[in-house]
Amino acid sequence: MTPRQRRVTLVVGILAGVSIAGALALSAFRENVMFFFDPSQVAAGEAPIDKRFRLGGMVRPGSVDRQAGSLELQFVVTDFQQDVPVRYSGVVPDLFRENQGVVAHGRLGTDGIFVADEILAKHDENYMPPEVARAIKDKHGGVMPANPDLRSVPET
Amino acid sequence: MGWAWFHRFGSPPHLYRLAGTLTPWFAWPAAILIVGALYLGLFVAPPDYQQGDGFRIIYVHAPSAWLAVMIYAVMAIAAGVGLIWRMKVAHAVAVSCAGVGAWFTAVSLVTGMLWGKPMWGTYWVWDPRLTAQLVLLFLFLGYMGLRSGIEDLGRADRASAVLALVGVINLPIIRYSVEWWNSIHQAPSVMKMDQPSMPMEMLAPLLMMLLGFSLYFGAVLLVRVRAEILRRERSAAWIREVLS
Repeated sequence: MTPRQRRVTLVVGILAGVSIAGALALSAFRENVMFFFDPSQVAAGEAPIDKRFRLGGMVRPGSVDRQAGSLELQFVVTDFQQDVPVRYSGVVPDLFRENQGVVAHGRLGTDGIFVADEILAKHDENYMPPEVARAIKDKHGGVMPANPDLRSVPET
Repeated sequence: MGWAWFHRFGSPPHLYRLAGTLTPWFAWPAAILIVGALYLGLFVAPPDYQQGDGFRIIYVHAPSAWLAVMIYAVMAIAAGVGLIWRMKVAHAVAVSCAGVGAWFTAVSLVTGMLWGKPMWGTYWVWDPRLTAQLVLLFLFLGYMGLRSGIEDLGRADRASAVLALVGVINLPIIRYSVEWWNSIHQAPSVMKMDQPSMPMEMLAPLLMMLLGFSLYFGAVLLVRVRAEILRRERSAAWIREVLS
């Protein structure tokens, strides 16, 4: 082997080594790196019930219940399989709204209500102007579909 | 012909002159594209139906994040070429990437935090995507730190090149973090096989900005490579000819 071939082997070896090590580490961490648990995982007992954890899903339409004159808030987080009711007191982010992604941080009480001390909104990857959003919603009975087809909308 | 062109790149005076000639061809289009994309993105593109005008930070955030990853890839390739072919100018290219890459990474992190506060409700969470991008910043900084800790230029080149290659593992993690794990960061809108999740009037300034940032990186890289070559070859005879 010439010195250069030896150096090629070295570089390929480094890349292969870290790739294998990375792949093994990531598959081992797979569960632990999860930023949040969805309601189905909570129902299946996969979430750490005795500790603080993050619950993520969609805000079920029509479930948001605000107490007038206070920051008290109740709503239901759903993944369209299972529901978890959430109670929270405080200011919610701009993007917190019905049928939007949400991540709540807190504890699951014995009464089955998740008491959150932090609410984060999760945005999806779809961007569009308001007129287009209105047109798409009109076509789908007032609800934004999960994968809106932006080509189907006439230019405004 | 054969490999002659490749070996000519290895000649410091040749690359020095070539970089000097090419710089304006990158810098001017970059300036025009960035100014144009800023105007289109900030004034012409319509507001988003949910985020309003707040979404416009994407025109700086997303291209910076893409550039950060791209610059790391360029740095690692240059470092690998430098290791394999013992090519000094390849190491000079790798060195010149690190600072620019670190800045683009920092810009992507800061703009993301500024957007995250009003939209998500927090500046920072230890989310897979956010954490991987922070690791990228530390890789750039670690690369520079390692170099400055080694006196001998040849040893610094080789040691930092190995570090750059090891860090390549972070690039697919950044890209796929939002798909492998539950993440608060949204899935890719543009860099995906499917059609982009954005209408053309919003997408065009974004792609313009990506091209503008890429050309800007090219221009800065060329200037920095020239400076790095001057530094490395300061006792060579050809430098005196060039500078006189």
